[in-house]
Amino acid sequence: MSSADPSLGRKSAGGLRGCGDPSDTASRLDDESRRWITALGGAGAARDEALTRLHDLLLRVGRAELARRRGSHPLTGPEVDDLANEAADDALVAILAKLSGFRGESRFTTWAYKFVVLEVSSKLGRHFWQRPRASLDVDDWDRLPDRFGVAPEDHAQRRELLASVRRAVSEQLTAHQRQVFVALVVDGVPLDALVTRTGSSRNAIYKTMFDARRKLHAALVANGHLEASAPADQRRGAERVERRP
Amino acid sequence: MSGWDELERFLRTDPRDVGCDQALAVLHVYVEVVHDDGAEEADRRYPGVAAHLRACGPCDEDFEGLLLAVRTAGAGGEADDERP
Repeated sequence: MSSADPSLGRKSAGGLRGCGDPSDTASRLDDESRRWITALGGAGAARDEALTRLHDLLLRVGRAELARRRGSHPLTGPEVDDLANEAADDALVAILAKLSGFRGESRFTTWAYKFVVLEVSSKLGRHFWQRPRASLDVDDWDRLPDRFGVAPEDHAQRRELLASVRRAVSEQLTAHQRQVFVALVVDGVPLDALVTRTGSSRNAIYKTMFDARRKLHAALVANGHLEASAPADQRRGAERVERRP
Repeated sequence: MSGWDELERFLRTDPRDVGCDQALAVLHVYVEVVHDDGAEEADRRYPGVAAHLRACGPCDEDFEGLLLAVRTAGAGGEADDERP
């Protein structure tokens, strides 16, 4: 995994509002964003009105996000509204705490919406463990071929795939990598839920899984089960961690 | 596609992938480029972020959610009145 994207933090020629020297922030802001920053950084009734208005916007985005993800969580009715309100409340607190860090790289509202979208993700991750059958204690390796789309009647491929992956996991991965692989891939635990359970971070778990995937790929290429990959820039549509399998 | 093909696609990694922290740090900027100039332009300017979003389900969900919020606002939807 790359330690840094060469383009991160670089002002592009294509119209990004730029990054870097905070003293330039004010000159980069569009009018609407400047009004937001002025109002939220001020005092009195104008600030109170801006806070109320921003909370309303965050709540709408939070509700829309929960509706968009409705197929991946079991929440309904008042539970959805409660979680949307919690997400909006926490996002507003985080936005105010980081207001001085807003550098005008995007519209203020786009930056602000990011907070509530991330809050929704985090809260849905915590909610996963309230499901009756959510557990890290049951490893059902027999489900692995289903996750990679092997038909139930294809007994030979199911046996071979299961045995080769299980062997590679056992022989190639560290204990921590095995735990993360089993949780995410075998048990189907959402990555954000695993973050909640382990107290780790999304980035740390993704990095662990990234390294595990690379090791397993190399091992399965070496033993002839997989072919070597094409160069990265020739690929599209790689499978996503957690979503698939 | 066989199970082996699916497995290969899942295990394949992209060395340009910047990881979750860096991708989320600029997600608001990336989303605006997608919204204003298109996904190809965003991919060109931020190849490491694009590589990450192709591989990380949770970050891609956040990207889709933020893009929807921006598009809804731009289309005069629920988050239409963004004035402070």
